[in-house]
Amino acid sequence: MAFKGAIEVDTQKCKGCSVCVENCPTKSIQLSKLVNSKGYHYAEMVGDACIGCSNCAIVCPDSVITVYRVKI
Amino acid sequence: MNIEDIKKPENIVYKKTPILTDNVMHYCPGCSHGTVHKLVAEVIEEMGIQEEVIGVSPVGCSVFAYNYLNIDWQQAAHGRAPALATAAKRLMPEKYVFTYQGDGDLASIGTAEIIHACSRGENIVVIFINNGIYGMTGGQMAPTTLLGMKTSTTPYGRDAKLNGFPLVLAPMIAQLDGTAFITRQSVHTAVAARKAKAAIRKAFEYSQKGIGLSFVEIVSTCNSGWKLSPTAANKWMVENMFPKYPLGDIKDVLKNE
Repeated sequence: MAFKGAIEVDTQKCKGCSVCVENCPTKSIQLSKLVNSKGYHYAEMVGDACIGCSNCAIVCPDSVITVYRVKI
Repeated sequence: MNIEDIKKPENIVYKKTPILTDNVMHYCPGCSHGTVHKLVAEVIEEMGIQEEVIGVSPVGCSVFAYNYLNIDWQQAAHGRAPALATAAKRLMPEKYVFTYQGDGDLASIGTAEIIHACSRGENIVVIFINNGIYGMTGGQMAPTTLLGMKTSTTPYGRDAKLNGFPLVLAPMIAQLDGTAFITRQSVHTAVAARKAKAAIRKAFEYSQKGIGLSFVEIVSTCNSGWKLSPTAANKWMVENMFPKYPLGDIKDVLKNE
């Protein structure tokens, strides 16, 4: 069984601390080149390797990540 | 399957708990406070005790914890959170009462309160955020600051002759008969955060058993005070804080039952 996941980041609340980037086992998150209204480089999902493990969301200090997961 | 097909409400496996309010946290990027707030909120949601929990917020960065968790709160004078929690718990023994304190609050000005609350065996939960520094006031030395650690009041590093040794509180209060559960956790990785959440849940459960005080120390970072990036601060914590403040359970009176 395999899982495929996706994340959605509340870009206006993200402070770009990159703790989620460090905790992603599939390197599916990076900080965007763009900034939000406060000037932070917010986190965004890259590629399609995400497995929906929720590691990023549980370590996020600002609780801005929602995780989706499906079985394939 | 493309990403937009996965992003449907029925596929959500993790989202922000409704116990947390929609206010943007005032903490610095990467601050451990936000993660610990979330873990406490999740425990409250999972146990279904939103109506029965009373928090006591300290003085320090986390004084505004009452803006972020949608539960009943009190705000104590500096270091006096355990005293206020004692009153709340004794007046309303059916409620879950917890304090949320930093090291400047609990280990410095509030040392008397915490030690006597432990000694009396109050049935409260104490969540202790230990980042070895006074974060809110500009990164001054705290009692828990490591030897050699640079802060704004010890610019050449903490010197034992001048400033004394770091105060390691958890083993001290473990000797007191009034404590039931003492553990030390951290939240720098997902594994550590999940363990910390389990420990917080256990502490809340113990507080209703009438067996004494539960103390959860979270070894944390203060990346602004330490003058490091959030990820570098996490690495620094693992390398320097953990040898002095090792993680794990220190006391659990119900372990063998």
